Amino acid sequence: MGSELSQFFWVFTVAIALVMIAGFYCLLLTYNLIRALIGLELLTKGMTLFIILAGYITGHTGLAQAMAITLIVIEVVVIVVAVGVVVSVFRHNRSIDVRLIRNIKG
Amino acid sequence: MVLLGALVLSAVWTVLTARLLRSAAGLAITSAILTILMFQLSAPLAAVFELSVGAGLISAIFISTISLTHRVTTEDLATRLKERLHRYWLLPLILLAAGVALISIHFVLDVNPPALPAENDVRIVLWKLRHLDLLGQIAILLAGAFGVVTLFKEWKNGQ
Repeated sequence: MGSELSQFFWVFTVAIALVMIAGFYCLLLTYNLIRALIGLELLTKGMTLFIILAGYITGHTGLAQAMAITLIVIEVVVIVVAVGVVVSVFRHNRSIDVRLIRNIKG
Repeated sequence: MVLLGALVLSAVWTVLTARLLRSAAGLAITSAILTILMFQLSAPLAAVFELSVGAGLISAIFISTISLTHRVTTEDLATRLKERLHRYWLLPLILLAAGVALISIHFVLDVNPPALPAENDVRIVLWKLRHLDLLGQIAILLAGAFGVVTLFKEWKNGQ
């Protein structure tokens, strides 16, 4: 493999890693449930781009696209159900701040 | 290169901004930039999926959820801004350090091109090679619909 392709791959990988670090940071530090979901979204977006990048590098773009489409479908379903849970938590507690939600304390 | 920078910047803005609505908009922008990158990496079908679902549907879901759950006053916002500044100031530093550290690694990719010419038409891959994936997708969509129906049912009984 040429060093040019290596460099191309590495630049993309660094950007993906930075996006995922931002997502992780958001997920770890936030007290807001919706913001936690936004962090999760950032993580999956980084992963989608990484799958497509891997397909481009190895020449299997069709397979990578099929994988990415599956990932996008799963991502949407997870977000929809999680948002439903968040709305239901809000209706029970009148808040989506995790510090104020007392009744799920283990 | 510019697009990758824009992707990271919009992701950081999504995390750092104090208003939830702006955060959802930042997520949509991130998704749109991701779509352009996917087009450049010769993945048009996945890119269209990402644009319609990631930038369209998910932002709509987030914005409607925010309008359902979120009430914010200006005083609230002021205190929250201060608190956020206190908690999130580390993120740009961490990203800068991680970026510099990763870029300085001299990475050599060792990938062999596929022995057989790969099947690259996504339609054929999706329908012929990965058709079990489609079954899984249908199953997970049904599971999601079932989950949402269960959540709504709970509310109707007034719990």
